[in-house]
Amino acid sequence: MTAPMLSVENLRVSFPTHRGRVEVVKGISFELGRERLGIVGESGSGKSMTGRAILKLIRKPGLVTADRLEFDGIDLRAQSEKQMRAIRGARISMVMQDPKFSLNPVMTVGEQIAEALVTHEKLARREVEERIEAMLHSVRIDDPKRVAGLYPHEVSGGMGQRVMIAMMLIPEPELLIADEPTSALDVSVQAQVLDIIDDLVTSKGMGLILISHDLNLVSRYCDRILVMNAGTVVEECAAGQLDQASHPYTRGLLAAMPTINESRDELPVLDRSQWAGT
Amino acid sequence: MSAIKLDNLDISYGDTKVVHGVSLDIAEGESFALVGESGSGKSTILRAIAGLAPDWTGSISVLGQARSHGVDRAVARQVQMVFQDPYGSLHPRKTIDATLTEPLAIHGIGNRDQRVEQVLAQVGLDRRFRFRFPHQLSGGQRQRVAIARALMLEPKVLLLDEPTSALDVSVQAEILNLLKRLRREQGLTYLVVTHNLPVVSFLCDRLAVMRFGRIVEVVDVAQLKHGALVEPYSQELLAATEGRSSVVA
Repeated sequence: MTAPMLSVENLRVSFPTHRGRVEVVKGISFELGRERLGIVGESGSGKSMTGRAILKLIRKPGLVTADRLEFDGIDLRAQSEKQMRAIRGARISMVMQDPKFSLNPVMTVGEQIAEALVTHEKLARREVEERIEAMLHSVRIDDPKRVAGLYPHEVSGGMGQRVMIAMMLIPEPELLIADEPTSALDVSVQAQVLDIIDDLVTSKGMGLILISHDLNLVSRYCDRILVMNAGTVVEECAAGQLDQASHPYTRGLLAAMPTINESRDELPVLDRSQWAGT
Repeated sequence: MSAIKLDNLDISYGDTKVVHGVSLDIAEGESFALVGESGSGKSTILRAIAGLAPDWTGSISVLGQARSHGVDRAVARQVQMVFQDPYGSLHPRKTIDATLTEPLAIHGIGNRDQRVEQVLAQVGLDRRFRFRFPHQLSGGQRQRVAIARALMLEPKVLLLDEPTSALDVSVQAEILNLLKRLRREQGLTYLVVTHNLPVVSFLCDRLAVMRFGRIVEVVDVAQLKHGALVEPYSQELLAATEGRSSVVA
């Protein structure tokens, strides 16, 4: 691997509560090159907060600290809000979970994608239109002209998520953070959306952080996996070696999932007392 | 006797017909699954049986009794529903105790105190949860409460609408085990709506694949396990679940 694109060292995120500050991410470190990294964990494990912290999207009173948070040689900790705006979208972008809530309901799809592009690049109107059409085409929307004129409520969930991806990828970022990009979608559409992300990421040589609760899905689409539990990384392994995972939490998660050819009478349940935390 | 029998059932919401001519026969003690994508009408069928979608034609009978279109107390005693989202299906300002005693009050059943304790024990919730509010419980605990509420009237049939899809995998395993145990202990009949085929494989005996408001095919779980589904659409669903790239346009 060449010099890492993103390096994170001892990242901590905390929020104040009436019982004092609670750390939701407790000092995690990882490096990312031009590869596909999966972060897996259950609700409350801090996986989404990790993604948001990289983009400095955690607002006060949340507090982010890190010994190192560097993207392509830029120290993200020292960036002002204005400088961050030049990075967000243009160089690192993020696909959120549910297209219903993350698209602007009163702007057409085309306008929203145009906004993402024009914010970062000065282009002639015709060129913008061409780029949008090409982009919608690359997320496998067959009639981009018609779709660009639609409002978010007029498109289906899978189509909405493809629009989101188009919007996030049109400024050609180097790193894409996808936070549960398919959990609001039907199984049959999930694979399509992930294939699109995978194709674009591979062909453009981007980095990808795929955040999900679904171990199998992540192992299918990533090169490397971090398993998080209660704010810490409990296991790191190559995607192909997931079945050799050694941490009891990872093993428990794998075992708790029913399979298509299920013969067990009872599913093993995680014994949460086996490890610290939670 | 069949627990639920649907004959040529059409269901509409306003002017839109969403379920077309569905006929099903679910035996007593069976666990039956309806699978399909969003919008295929699977939840609507459950809602019609529960009386929440009154605009239907055809016939619905429960344990041999034909169901009326309105609120049907006799049916409510026999058939109860568990909803998908435990965060949305429990009243936020009622204690667990109030939620659980409400069905008893409606049906004028006494001995409430003992019944609540008994059902809480059945679903594996400690007694100390009895006077708490939903926001003080985790997602898995809330789903246990939702199941407990459905069991209060000692029904014969449970309608389960995506009972685990809002839960984490490890919690899902607990709830699936619970559902399996309850069915064994109380001889319940399940009609489960889900899009998760592995869950079907674990919990059900038979399944119907639905698309565009129609039943595509009805198969045994053994066929699902061996991948021996006949219709191309069912094959596609199976392929998508197993992560082979889907060919659905």
